[in-house]
Amino acid sequence: MTTSAYLREQRDLADGILRPGNTNCAGCGMSIGLQWLEQALENERPTLCIPACCGIVTAGSFPTSAYGVPTVATTFASSAAVATGVASVYAMNGEKDLTICWTGDGGTYDIGVATLSAAAERNEDLLYVCYDNEIYGNTGGQRSSATPRGVKTSTTPKGKAEPKKDMMAIMAAHRIPYAATLSVAHREDFLRKVRTARRTKGFRFLLMLSPCPTGWKSEPEDSVDLILTAVRCGLFPLYEVFEGRRYRINARPDGEPLESYISRQRRYRSELLDLDALRAGIEAQWAYLEAMERTFPAGEHE
Amino acid sequence: MARVLDTGNHFAGDVLALAGEANRGARGAICGAYPITPQTEIVEILRDFQFTKGRVVPVESEHSAMAVCIGGSLAGARSFTASSSNGLAYMVENIFAAAYYRLPIVLIGVNRTLGPPWNIWTDQGDTLMLRDAAWLQFYTESHQELVDTILVAFRVAEDRRVLLPALVAEDGFVVSHTQMVVDLPEQEQVDRYLPPCNVPHRLRGKGVTVGGMTFPHETEKHRWEIQQAMERVPEVLAEALDEFEKVFGRRPHGALSAEHTEDAEVILVACNTMARTLRRAVQRRRAEGQKVGMIKAKLFRPFPRKEFLRAIGPAKRVGVLDRNHSPGSGGIFWNEIAATLQGRSDVLLQDYLVGLGGGDVTPELIDEIFDDLAARNQAADPVWKEVPA
Ligand SMILES: Cc1ncc(C[n+]2csc(CCOP(=O)(O)OP(=O)(O)O)c2C)c(N)n1
Ligand code: SF4
Repeated sequence: MTTSAYLREQRDLADGILRPGNTNCAGCGMSIGLQWLEQALENERPTLCIPACCGIVTAGSFPTSAYGVPTVATTFASSAAVATGVASVYAMNGEKDLTICWTGDGGTYDIGVATLSAAAERNEDLLYVCYDNEIYGNTGGQRSSATPRGVKTSTTPKGKAEPKKDMMAIMAAHRIPYAATLSVAHREDFLRKVRTARRTKGFRFLLMLSPCPTGWKSEPEDSVDLILTAVRCGLFPLYEVFEGRRYRINARPDGEPLESYISRQRRYRSELLDLDALRAGIEAQWAYLEAMERTFPAGEHE
Repeated sequence: MARVLDTGNHFAGDVLALAGEANRGARGAICGAYPITPQTEIVEILRDFQFTKGRVVPVESEHSAMAVCIGGSLAGARSFTASSSNGLAYMVENIFAAAYYRLPIVLIGVNRTLGPPWNIWTDQGDTLMLRDAAWLQFYTESHQELVDTILVAFRVAEDRRVLLPALVAEDGFVVSHTQMVVDLPEQEQVDRYLPPCNVPHRLRGKGVTVGGMTFPHETEKHRWEIQQAMERVPEVLAEALDEFEKVFGRRPHGALSAEHTEDAEVILVACNTMARTLRRAVQRRRAEGQKVGMIKAKLFRPFPRKEFLRAIGPAKRVGVLDRNHSPGSGGIFWNEIAATLQGRSDVLLQDYLVGLGGGDVTPELIDEIFDDLAARNQAADPVWKEVPA
């Protein structure tokens, strides 16, 4: 090996998950999420399996890579299956490398849902992270089944009529060892959950509400505060589910009005926006979560 | 080597297992498995096999079956799977991806008609749908050829000069579900024949993105490199056959097999089990003193143009038996051969669409075609044999 090749390799191996100089929009939730993921995993060098989505554009174009760790750009529906192959071969060779699926909501809630469900059912030893920006960002902002009711996208010009799919409930129903929601406004909670996921064996699912100024028609500098508001008004509950059966709520609504979340995103300015229906949905979700936590609480040391 | 009586599918499963097991000293074996008639026994056998270092993942779809192979191959394992018909169609996106990642995955295609309407009998339309997928394609005529070709396919695909995936086709039911006696290799022989699988660009801890974005020029280069790799296949295949002969004591057919073509006036071309029926017809006519010959087409991708042109010899009439159909055009082998024969206006090339949807291609039908071809002065549009009135 030449000296410069050697130095390049050493530099490559010293890099973290996200290198500087990626193509994320200003205020993109992925930028925070990927850095916090890196911080939580400390010196680990996971392998990323990323389907078609903004997250693979982040890498930049060949031969550069904004990801400082081994990364596979998979087909849109395939990240959990490609990761199954990668993780299986690492494991059979005694390698401890963590394999992570880093996917958008399209690759998780829509086209990849069968692949995800199957990998969860097989309890593959994977960490699956969905950065949910509630839209198809890569293709210019179309609806997904993660898009909330009333949101305007390029394929729901009057606003979306249907409520958002409850992916956490779907994953909990798979009885996977660990599922949790992540907020880019709650750093300690975020890091702790990633570390819990890291310690857990089997299939782990993390759902991060990912601010997307481009798709949400919001200001980049509002991104973190929007997520804080989403948690405070109850729209995005922070909670964990162990074995799909035991619940722990991490933060409760504090009376912050829903309007302070909605009013700063022009995607909610639609004909079909129905604040009462949204509020009723939030209340029903909280009634459900509280009942679950009361009846099936997580253990003290979980 | 043991003489064993079994079905084509059982042999295919056994040989994939032997090949996977042979990589136990390297990074092991990986397979994503999903059933479809007439391929099913292959994945059942693989699921039952106790690999020293390997895993067969029971996935939820063919799309994921190939995705698991892709992930496993990128992590450095020997990788393989099998499917048929609509299963291959469902897998298509990842079939292309596997080749574009330059992964030496081996896929058994048990030929079956595409549907709906549902029809489980053999027809090469399913594997030929993958014509442009940058995979090597081998068509096999018998149980023994299937066994041997699977091993050859691994060796060629994994060769550094090629690094492309390879598909090995067998006829559904005619081979997959009938029993024949074959020489089944021993593990020790396969260990000797297949070097440890080495995927040079496998994931190794470095910060690279495999399969990320490229711009037109890099894409052009990428496709050109694939073409270069395809062009190196004949040389690598010849070496793989030499080595095969050393280890197993027999030599499978190469890219094609030209039989009685040295002085033939009329030649028919066929692949898979049709070639065996055709061989009987040729032998009978030869015994009667007729100057007929045949070309058994085995390697379809890369298409062996040079060998083909050499193989037809002095013949001025060439007929193609196509058990497949490209609507609006004709048989897919015919298309390929027409392109190969450009500049040879002295050769009359005629296509015959036969046995579509798995109909029997009988000796009588082949006789009729020989007579038809011998009497022709001019080529016509592809001839549909046996379409019910
Ligand atoms: C099979 C297939 N269908 C469609 C596309 C086009 N496509 C690429 S990314 C994408 C949307 C991704 O949305 P999401 O998963 O939410 O991630 P985001 O772009 O928002 O980060 C679509 C539709 C594709 N690449 N592959
Ligand atoms: S479109 Fe949205 S998700 Fe995509 S990079 Fe921009 S902010 Fe991030």
